[in-house]
Amino acid sequence: MNDNPIGEAVTEAEVEKALESDCDCKEGMFPQGRIGTASRRAFLRSGGLLTAAAAIVPVTALAQDASGEAPWSVPGRIAKSDYGSRAPFEKVARLASFGGTSSLTPLQASTGIITPSGLHFERHHNGVPAIDPAQHRLIIHGMVDKPMKYSVEDLKRFPSTSRILFVECSGNSNAASRSASQKTAQEAHGLTSTSEWTGVKLSTLLAQVGIKDGAAWVLAEGADGAMLSRSVPIDKMLDDAMVAYAQNGEAIRPENGYPMRLILPGWEGNINVKWLRRLKIGDKPFMTREETSKYTDLITLTGKARQFSWVMEAKSLITFPSGDMRLPGKGFYEITGLAWSGRAPIERVEVTTDGGKTWALASLQEPVLPKAHVRFRFPWHWDGSEAIIESRATDQTGYVQPTKSFLTAKEGVGPTYHYNGIQSWKVMADGSVSNVLNG
Amino acid sequence: MSSMLKRALLGAAVLAVLPLTVWAQQSGYPGGAAYPFGTPASKADIDAWDKDVRPDGMGLPAGSGTYKAGAQLYAEQCASCHGAKLEGVRDPNLPQGGGPALIGGRGTLNTPKFKQTVESYWPYASTLFDYITRAMPYTAPGSLKPDEVYALTEFILAEGNIVPKTAVMDAKSLAKVQMPNKDGFYPDNRPYPVKRYD
Repeated sequence: MNDNPIGEAVTEAEVEKALESDCDCKEGMFPQGRIGTASRRAFLRSGGLLTAAAAIVPVTALAQDASGEAPWSVPGRIAKSDYGSRAPFEKVARLASFGGTSSLTPLQASTGIITPSGLHFERHHNGVPAIDPAQHRLIIHGMVDKPMKYSVEDLKRFPSTSRILFVECSGNSNAASRSASQKTAQEAHGLTSTSEWTGVKLSTLLAQVGIKDGAAWVLAEGADGAMLSRSVPIDKMLDDAMVAYAQNGEAIRPENGYPMRLILPGWEGNINVKWLRRLKIGDKPFMTREETSKYTDLITLTGKARQFSWVMEAKSLITFPSGDMRLPGKGFYEITGLAWSGRAPIERVEVTTDGGKTWALASLQEPVLPKAHVRFRFPWHWDGSEAIIESRATDQTGYVQPTKSFLTAKEGVGPTYHYNGIQSWKVMADGSVSNVLNG
Repeated sequence: MSSMLKRALLGAAVLAVLPLTVWAQQSGYPGGAAYPFGTPASKADIDAWDKDVRPDGMGLPAGSGTYKAGAQLYAEQCASCHGAKLEGVRDPNLPQGGGPALIGGRGTLNTPKFKQTVESYWPYASTLFDYITRAMPYTAPGSLKPDEVYALTEFILAEGNIVPKTAVMDAKSLAKVQMPNKDGFYPDNRPYPVKRYD
């Protein structure tokens, strides 16, 4: 047996067949181009996948295509002092939604657990405000002894804290609750991202202003045109909330709340109020639009709606292989994906490659952090026949990610928020992968 | 009490206090001392932003509005996105792809064709006033005066057959409005019990 099972698994004929067939994804496993599409074809044609030198040959070809010379035969560019950018070959991008109210993270191209800030999903209710940080203030008032206002520089003088946390829109996977019409992991589930957030704990700030007896809720208000506001129980604020000013080691990106935002670990995206400018302490919820008419979970079986459903429950999905990709031939693949829970750390992720008949444990990549994306991996030898692959997350409370049919039975059709059902991808005999409903 | 015991108690008290004091000096909180960062928020600072309104009427400003004034404002400032008949508009050329329907949909919430509008779904009239005040119209959020917001609230609620067209909307009458779906919500009942697989 060949030492290189990848080389053995793919024949010339299979590669030719993959290249000739009529499919949007025929240029490779990654339709959005981890390797540029044209060069991917050249890579396959050159027999790159069939040789042990697969990793080197196409890269050389790419470099020669771009400059006409091998990269090691000419001086490289000197160090630049300005802001770095990714290699010009990398095209992975966010995808904007109808009306431009959101953009989706390309989960299918993700590696590890951190989402690059430039690929963090967006959701806005009246666009991204242009805020001068020197003019921005956070006011804390209401049922307090001493109302205060803080500039960004003021906040940075307090003891700081950093946490790696996911933020997921409660509307994420909304379409997946009804159909498999979304082609890719990005289209179906791209409203979740993980960043390292740095800021000041709310408990520190609330101690500065002094909370009066009877205080129970805090109105958090953004400085955007929608002036998005939500009521947050004071217990959550004192537990693990923070006002963040940094994301992944630099200032928060404008679309993610520059210059400061609220971070409520494990809770639905919109309550992590961006562009935070005001915290008002009160004794009752304020019943803003975003906690009554929106972001409440209508259960169509009863016609009643669940309110204040803040926590994002355990969820996972396979990001590779996933919808709209094509496997070039049978053989070894590492199935990988992301799992997360807003309630407790991920305890385990199971993977099935036979549509749910049998499940096996995936390995979890360290660090397995609470309320953050966790990367799982599962070795798979694809024998070339049709297969339905799924993942299922369990968190440390014992909660197991449910099936779509379980949720539909509980909630009826059209649960528009907090959908966390199991995602199914179907691998066809020709290697193409698509989104399917399975049970 | 013997002097020795007194000394021992005093020593224990000093020992008990000392670490707290040191810690307070280091961290400022919660040992007593506040961090000297930030500035007190003045009444003017707070009043400029403190516009939120609660269901019990807290925060409602002085002023009033009529159906007639609301209808005119609606036609000028709202209809292009929400539709002349408050039916909603879906158009990729409009901000956010258009605005949602504001009326209709009663009796649909327990059907697959559920329609969530101010009339059918919103539990509190205060939310309508609050949201219009701060976030509408989309292209000039925060530009409407209290009288105008009262008028628009009256117009939308009257078109939804929730209040009479003859009503005058003000702080007193708005706090009394009973929305059709006011009892349509319950607190989070998750997590669902899900069977473990081992």
